[in-house]
Amino acid sequence: MAAVQETIDQVKAIDVDQYKYGFVTDIESELAPKGLNEDIVAYISAKKDEPEWMLNWRLEAFRRWKTMEEPTWARVDYPKIDFEDLHYYAAPKKREGPKSLDEVDPEILDTYKKLGIPLSEQEILAGVAPENRVAVDAVFDSVSVATTFKEELAKAGVIFCPISEAIREHPELVQKYLGSVVPVSDNFYATLNSAVFSDGSFVYIPPGVRCPMELSTYFRINEPNTGQFERTLIIADKGSYVSYLEGCTAPQRDENQLHAAVVELVALEDAQIKYSTVQNWYPGDADGKGGIYNFVTKRGDCREKNSKISWTQVETGSAITWKYPSCILRGDNSQGEFYSIAISNGHQQIDSGTKMIHLGKNTSSRIISKGISAGVSQNTYRGQVSAHRKASNARNFTQCDSLLIGDKCGAHTVPYIESKNSTAVFEHEATTSKISDDQMFYCQARGLDDEEAVALIVNGFVRDVIQQLPMEFAVEAQKLISISLEGSVG
Amino acid sequence: MLEIKNLHAEVDGNKILRGIDLVVRPGEIHAIMGPNGSGKSTLSYVLAGKDDYEITEGTITYNGVDWSEMSAHERAAAGMFLAFQYPIEIPGVATMTFLKTALNAQRKARGEDEISTPDFMKLVREKSKALNVTPEMLRRPLNVGFSGGEKKRAEILQMSLLEPTLCVLDETDSGLDIDALRVVSEGVNQLRSPDRSMIVITHYQRLLDHIVPDVVHVLSKGKIVKTGGKELALELEKNGYAEYVDEEAA
Amino acid sequence: MNAPAKIQETKAEQSLDAQFNALIAEKTQTNANQRKQAWDAFKAKGIPHRRVEEWHYTDLRTKMRDAFALAPTCVPKADVLQGAGGLESYRIAIVNGRFAPELSSNQELDGLTVTATDGVVSSELASKDAMISLNQALVQGGISIEVAANAKIEKPIEIVRYTDGADVSSYASTCVEIGAGANVLFIESFEGENGADYQSNAFTEIKVGDEADVHWLKLQVESQKAQHIETLGIELGAKVNFQHFIYNEGSSLSRAQLFVELKGEGTHAGLRGISLLQDQQHADITLYVNHAVPECESREYYRTVVDDKARAVFQGKIIVEPAAQKTDGQMMIKSLLLSDAAEINAKPELEIFADDVQCAHGSTTGDIDEDLLFYLTARGIPEAQARKILILAFLSEAVEEFEEERCVELLEAMTRKWLHADEMVSE
Repeated sequence: MAAVQETIDQVKAIDVDQYKYGFVTDIESELAPKGLNEDIVAYISAKKDEPEWMLNWRLEAFRRWKTMEEPTWARVDYPKIDFEDLHYYAAPKKREGPKSLDEVDPEILDTYKKLGIPLSEQEILAGVAPENRVAVDAVFDSVSVATTFKEELAKAGVIFCPISEAIREHPELVQKYLGSVVPVSDNFYATLNSAVFSDGSFVYIPPGVRCPMELSTYFRINEPNTGQFERTLIIADKGSYVSYLEGCTAPQRDENQLHAAVVELVALEDAQIKYSTVQNWYPGDADGKGGIYNFVTKRGDCREKNSKISWTQVETGSAITWKYPSCILRGDNSQGEFYSIAISNGHQQIDSGTKMIHLGKNTSSRIISKGISAGVSQNTYRGQVSAHRKASNARNFTQCDSLLIGDKCGAHTVPYIESKNSTAVFEHEATTSKISDDQMFYCQARGLDDEEAVALIVNGFVRDVIQQLPMEFAVEAQKLISISLEGSVG
Repeated sequence: MLEIKNLHAEVDGNKILRGIDLVVRPGEIHAIMGPNGSGKSTLSYVLAGKDDYEITEGTITYNGVDWSEMSAHERAAAGMFLAFQYPIEIPGVATMTFLKTALNAQRKARGEDEISTPDFMKLVREKSKALNVTPEMLRRPLNVGFSGGEKKRAEILQMSLLEPTLCVLDETDSGLDIDALRVVSEGVNQLRSPDRSMIVITHYQRLLDHIVPDVVHVLSKGKIVKTGGKELALELEKNGYAEYVDEEAA
Repeated sequence: MNAPAKIQETKAEQSLDAQFNALIAEKTQTNANQRKQAWDAFKAKGIPHRRVEEWHYTDLRTKMRDAFALAPTCVPKADVLQGAGGLESYRIAIVNGRFAPELSSNQELDGLTVTATDGVVSSELASKDAMISLNQALVQGGISIEVAANAKIEKPIEIVRYTDGADVSSYASTCVEIGAGANVLFIESFEGENGADYQSNAFTEIKVGDEADVHWLKLQVESQKAQHIETLGIELGAKVNFQHFIYNEGSSLSRAQLFVELKGEGTHAGLRGISLLQDQQHADITLYVNHAVPECESREYYRTVVDDKARAVFQGKIIVEPAAQKTDGQMMIKSLLLSDAAEINAKPELEIFADDVQCAHGSTTGDIDEDLLFYLTARGIPEAQARKILILAFLSEAVEEFEEERCVELLEAMTRKWLHADEMVSE
């Protein structure tokens, strides 16, 4: 016990305050007044130079939202949010919608540099082999500040741009797909997002195209008392493929900040979307003060046959995470996957999981969830697998493992398994364990100190999921796991 | 040089070691034999620095440094290596990854540079070949699903990679058939050198046919009750431990 | 998933209102204050519905069209009671919620004391769930059963609960106190007039003293039209071996809720059962198993066969409190869906606050294994028979784990009968 006890002490003592991405960028911002009403919705829409249909869509969402109540079923606990005390729009001042990187505020570029995100195309071209290139859309508070590699992507017919731009430039695509996976009235936060979303990424991959590079968005909340409501829409047309990465950070602030994003994925016949997230929003300090409320709705629709959507997430940040990336397996033979690592430490609360809704024939899904709880955190896996009447031969395999570090934290598993088809076969396995003293001693006897030993064992525990991440992300994720557990390792 | 003086140790309040004196000089191989429950494995854990194995009296010094306050990983960096009787399984951690992590952790602790990946790969290939450890085994999670022989070969591979100066082999022969025993023993013998000490803990004499000791000790009820040359092992093989157990009881 | 809006009173709720008011108007009613409290607790919640997380899969508000009149006192003929199917036993009969001494064993049994009560008990659970509150508001009668410390009772104690008549409802409560070191087997059956439409709501609290060994078999063979709700509150001391088994065959709608508290170290709780469902039956088993102290073991193993348009619900929650280190909890739910219209909903939850624990749960849902079926038919067994063999095998694994010989035989006979597999050559 003693070895583990020591580790626990160390983990307890971790300096959560050393959040690596906790700096604030000093730039002038344009803020909407606090509070939310139809005028603010109109203000956001006007700022974005949106067509009337978009404004109406937002207003309809806003009216729906006014009739809704905050959900309380998740296993998270936080003081009531005052939705009138938030700014619903913040944008770096000066130029709006930079045309090229040269026009982007150097302070912002500097921020992304600090975060390790290369925005300068030249820099990338100089240093990295072509197959490793990543096109980046960077969202700073509410506004997309730079999208790289646009021209090269355009050659392949791929559209990758801020969603505000897509609303203006590709209205037919946006109108057809926006809200088609996550309806306007889906849930409290999604509806709020529909009313006030300010930016986000839009991706369209034309039929038969394999996107020539990884697409990536980095989100950054900078302004205090600001809600960030981004909206991402990805459409993979027939026979296409895209891999999309998402990363998030925020400065350290004492107040809680709200992040309520909506991500919609549509995969048409034979198309495949791989969506990876490394979520590292500021988790709050050692006493549980501050941190991001991450209330996110992510859903993918395997709309046509033989399509596939795969979610991979590494969740280490945020004070509260409420997030269930889901797959609607509508097309026959479609496949859904969810691979998740959720690490909670300090006072963090995570309620996360997935939904696999089997509607079509011969659909299959796979869920691998690895939860690690430390400190005084609470970590809940909540997942639904359902087969509807017509979902003959549906298959699901779920593996849900929890690891506890210390005796002040909690690990919970709440699966909902619903089958209305006799040919559907669902298997679900869950285990809860701790790092054994024997494993710790073995590693120590080979020269690893306590922190290194924990990091090694935890990395082994999550390996099945790490393997699903694109190379560059996998390395980053592994480091992040060590950092979020020890604070001093790595 | 390892010096153990009047070592008393207990586990969960149970007194197991009751005054052990032992000196092992560089280049020497000492065998420690004894019946079940005599404290053999406890001695190996106390030497390696396992938590819950508490020294209540006496000292362990290695090359003049007192080990009582040193943790397991510090002792490993100082040259200690314990070949486990039951090597532990760590799911998800590839054997190769583990070897590299351990090697670099020790190098770092000694203020040396980390080994480069190509150099490491070369080193592992070289060492693993001699021990009949296949590349496939190295890719598998550490000790998970390994047979008894594979586990022990992997232990000796770690020993040859980490190049310790004090090796404690805890019942390395247990669970091995005669062919596996030969492979493992040959691996150990290749590591014999004038600046490396070894303590071979075993219940049976057969291991000592392959790894020939300089000194043999008999451990009974937490004490060394007899010390002799390698012929002592043969005598034990013939007459058993009864004599020493009784002697203690009497 | 949003909070429920204020909902209107249903017809059943209105009927219950009238029943309660009539009941409380009878000045002779005992424990009127406690009944009133329970009624208020019920009124605050109403009949549970799908927006109540614990009742999500069993929307009683929709399924309970009306509340039948409270069943009158009566004494049916002794031969209508089935009980443990002729097994020699000590019988306690309860008809329409009230103790029926005429139908019960009248000789004394060493170590056993049975007393009739008015059914109102003081229990923390009473305010926890609307249907327990309702039981306590309307309860028609009850018994208290005491098993003396160290009593080794050879004969099974049979509790036969019979609802007599159609379009009636019965509410009963039972307190069972088992002394330290006692050894006893209970066989409790829930039954009623064949084909009659009635509602039964039973609430039983069982307290088990240290080192006792208790087997409890519940046979739920109510009329196929009945609505059956049973709540068990179970409190286990130290080093107890408690084995519970549910055989679920009757009722159009049934719900068994078990609240199990492991309060003493070194205790083992085995909660098992099988449900055999057909037509439009709906059967719900909901468990809360709370490990409050270290070094206890619990097993939650349930198997379900669902045919036709039937629907099975399983909800199980293992809670491991911070103090309950070295807990070993294993939950396994296996279901066979035999028809395309059948449905299963399972929610096996773990809620863990201690780090040194071994907890796992698993769930499988599917049809009969095609490979096994092929193997049997390739050996010349007709498919229909092969299916029955495989279903029996699937169920008997669970039955055998109950480890109570007298019950295993009884359960296997009942299972066979349900499957119409009597003629089948055994093994």
